[in-house]
Formats: sequence, C-alpha cells, structure tokens
Amino acid sequence: MAFVSNTPGVGSIMLKVLFALMPAIAVYQLYFGPAILVSLMLASLTAMLAETLMLRLRRVPVMPFLMDGSALVTAWLLALSMPPLAPWWLIVMATLFAIVIAKHLYGGLGNNLFNPAMVGYAVMLISFPAQMTQWPVVDTLAHIHLSFFDTLRFIFGGTLPGSLKLDALTMATPLDTLRTQLLLGRPVADIATMPIFGYVGGQGSELIALAYLAGGAYLLQQRSITWHIPAAFLGALALLAFGLHAFDAARYAAPWFHLATGGAMLGAFFIATDPVTGATTPKGKIIFGAGVGTLVYVIRTWGGYPDGVAFAVLILNMCVPLIDAYTQPRVFGHGKEKP
Amino acid sequence: MSQPSYGEVIGNGLWKQNTGLVQLLGMCPLLAISTSVVNAVSLGLATALVMAASNGAISLIRNLVPKEIRIAVFILIIAALVTAIQLALNAFVHPLYLVLGIFIPLITTNCIVLARTEAFASKNRFTISVVDGFMMGLGLTLVLAVLGGLRELVGKGTLLSGIDLVFGATSKTWVLHVLPDYKGFLLAVLPPGAFFGLGLLIAGKNWYEQRAARTKPAIPISLAPHA
Repeated sequence: MAFVSNTPGVGSIMLKVLFALMPAIAVYQLYFGPAILVSLMLASLTAMLAETLMLRLRRVPVMPFLMDGSALVTAWLLALSMPPLAPWWLIVMATLFAIVIAKHLYGGLGNNLFNPAMVGYAVMLISFPAQMTQWPVVDTLAHIHLSFFDTLRFIFGGTLPGSLKLDALTMATPLDTLRTQLLLGRPVADIATMPIFGYVGGQGSELIALAYLAGGAYLLQQRSITWHIPAAFLGALALLAFGLHAFDAARYAAPWFHLATGGAMLGAFFIATDPVTGATTPKGKIIFGAGVGTLVYVIRTWGGYPDGVAFAVLILNMCVPLIDAYTQPRVFGHGKEKP
Repeated sequence: MSQPSYGEVIGNGLWKQNTGLVQLLGMCPLLAISTSVVNAVSLGLATALVMAASNGAISLIRNLVPKEIRIAVFILIIAALVTAIQLALNAFVHPLYLVLGIFIPLITTNCIVLARTEAFASKNRFTISVVDGFMMGLGLTLVLAVLGGLRELVGKGTLLSGIDLVFGATSKTWVLHVLPDYKGFLLAVLPPGAFFGLGLLIAGKNWYEQRAARTKPAIPISLAPHA
C-alpha cells in the first residue's frame, strides 16, 4: 500500500479508521452471521465505482482522491449501520446516495456539509422503512443458521431455502423491543429479562459496542480523533439517561443500556468524529458532541424512531458553521471579542 | 421605454428568465405540489391563467392607479382572479380541486404573479403583458411538469397517475406503469425529493448553457486586446 507515509495525510487517518473498525466487524460476523461481510463488500465496491465516476465527472485527479480511503470509510460505516440481511440494492442505493449526492454534489471531500454515510442511511430509512428493519437474529438465539451461500442467495435473489420465512431470520433490535414493550406498559426491569437482552445491552450487539469502544480507544491513542466529541456525546447521553432513570426507573432505561445499544458507540467514535462535517474548535467539538448525544436520547425516548444517531448527527451538522463561528479560540494577546 | 418584442417575451418566459429555474420565484407551490405530473401541470396551468389575466387587467389600468397604492390594488385584482379560477376548478374538475386544495387560493400570494404585474404589466401595453404573463406561467408549468414527472417516476414508478381526476374515470387506463413491481423510492415524493429534483434541474440547465457558451464561436474575440 504505497499511500501510507509518515506524514499524517487523509489517507493514513482513513486507513487507521478502517483498521479500528476491524474488531467490531469480527464480532459482528461472529454473532450475526456472514451477511455483514457481503454488505461490506457491496458497499465498498459501489463506493469505489461511484467515487471514480464522480471524480472523473468533476475532472479532478482520480487516483490520489480514490486512494485516500474516505469513500471506503463511508462505505464501511454505512454497511455497519444498515441491516445486513436487506436486499442488495438497499446498500447499493444508500452508498450511491452518500457518495454521489451527499459527498460530491456538495463539493467533494472537505466541502460536504453533511456526513455522507448518515445521509445515505437516513434516506434509506425514510424511503424503505420495511427493508431497513430486517435485522438478523443474534446467533445465540437463532434456530436456523443460514449458510454463506444461502445468505448470498437471499441478499441477491430474495429467495430463502425451503419453506423458511424471513420472520424466522430477523428480529426487532433491543431499542425497538424496548420501545414497543414500553408502549405496552411493561416496566423496564421486566423487559430486560427478555432473551434478546444481554448483560447491559442487546445480546451480541453489546459486544460489538465494546469492540467499537476498543477501536475508538485505538483512534484516540493514535491521535486520529480527539476526546472531545466522543466524551461529550457519550457523556450527554449517559447523563440524560441517568437523570431520567433515577427519576423513574420503570419507564426510562439505564444509562449503560443506552451506551451499549444501537449506534451510540459507532456514532460517538466513528461517525460524529468525521473531521469534515463535525465542529473543529475544541469548545465547538464539545458542544457538537453534547448536542448529538442529547438528540440521540431525545429521539430514542420520545421520537418516532427507535434510534436517532443518524438524525442527530445530520441536525448537528447543520449547526457546525454557527458553532465554529462562536467558539473561535482567542488569539493570544487579543482581548475578548464578539464574533 | 422601448417595448420588448414578442419573441423576446416568449424566450424569456420559457427559458431565459424561467421562473422555476432562473428567477426561483414561486417556489412554495412548485415544491409542494410537484409530486405527480397531473398535479404539477394542473396547478401550473391554473397559475399561468391567473398570470395572463392579472397581467392583462393590470396593464389596462396601469395609468389610472396612483403609484403609492399600486401593490395593494394589484394584489386585490390578483385575489379576485384567483377566486374566479378557484370557483371554476371547483365547478368543472372537483376531484382535482380537492387534491390541489389550499394551493389554489395560495396562487394569490405566489410572488411570481405579483412580480410580473409589477415588473412588466405596469409598464407595458395590454397584449404583450398578457403574452408575458402566460409565457412566464407556461415556463413554470414546464418545469413543474418535468419535476413532477421525475418525482412521480422515481417515487412511485408511474406517470400520469391521477389523470382520472381531470378527465373522468375512463382515462384511468392512461396511467403509465413505467416500472412494474417497483418498490417506490419514497424520498422522491417527500419534500426533500422536491429540493433534490429542483437542484438537479437547475444544475442541468446551467451545465447546458455553459456548454453551449463554450462551443459557440466567440465572435467578439477579435476586439479583445491581445497581450
């Protein structure tokens, strides 16, 4: 890989991000079957093709920009946020939307206002809600184990072996289950005894969250990201969850549940930390992260969707110019100045 | 002030100063109602009729209205004409009237109508004002039709759905199912689809014009000072 050099360019940062995602992918694959590998491949291929095409259309040099890996990071983040058992065109369309519209039509890497992966995800969630909820059953609870070839045949052809129904392979996510059961009036402690829940979050998915945390720690150690956004994101989410859990433990899930489920860890370390679409000043990063964390909690608890990382990130992306303008660090020797 | 020619007025309305793609006026109905070709064209034609009528009416009285209160007078005339159109739609194509709903009375507040009366009809003769109003409206209708077609095709995989609202139940067979078994890309029918679609149309027009400008032989090149 010729593009790894000693000077930390976009390429080496993106490579580290991809590397940091690997443990989570391994755990994901272990608990939810090989479908994730298929969607990672699909997303990567689509992203590279779309990136090449758009770079050519924009008449900028293809190779240096293609090799910086930013398209691959977008593709992987999308594959990891979308249900892997969905039909092939879902991830392909999401990636196309992310790369072509959210990234290049907004001016390419560095100019895009919104996190491309989250735009792709949100567009698909709004347009195809049914397909976007085809989450595979965690391996420890599954009665049927789909082989790799059956997985391929399902993703590309939509056919399942024998008389198998799709319902037997998919399940509601922990956040989804919590939401529907709460609406039925069951208390949180009661719901948490259901088999899909693990020690603190969802079975299997809590370990993926742990792997994201490990990947995030690696990125922090490598100084690819700073602590501000993840800490503020997770801090705000945990603080809100703690406050409401202490207020009424029967209706509001515990803070560790919120940290370990859904897209919290992936969002905090890999999505909200996007250097292009996130805030850039240290104080701004804290405001940005806390805003995302707060909105994630609000959407999860009172909103219309079970998880809200994508929407929270997109909404805060819109506020970034304002946040950055108001949090300019004071130049040494100058007095306090209003922006 | 010299009178513009008919050719100029038609060219401006349909392409050069197109309300939808260049002036970007009257965006609210454009974005809200362009979910299908039938809706889009219906509202576009209603707007074009209002614009032709209001331009004509205001051109006739342009020398009688005191400058200070002209806007109020124009709006009153436009509102009266819109009410007439609204009643006509209600009487003759009632189902369509129900679909378009609030957007028919809202033609009154559509800034393109007032913009043309103020910028054109209050300064020009009757016939050319009518032509200007109608052509501007027709330009808007064309953009609406393309945008509506795009959104309907991508969003639902059909074209001309809802045509029976205009021509009665017999025309239901005219609906084109361009993409059978199409799941429907819901975003295209939702409001964001309108913004993306319009953005792409504007980009397309600009791209076309830039290309045309590049390929056209530059005549005044001999006049340019050479270094």
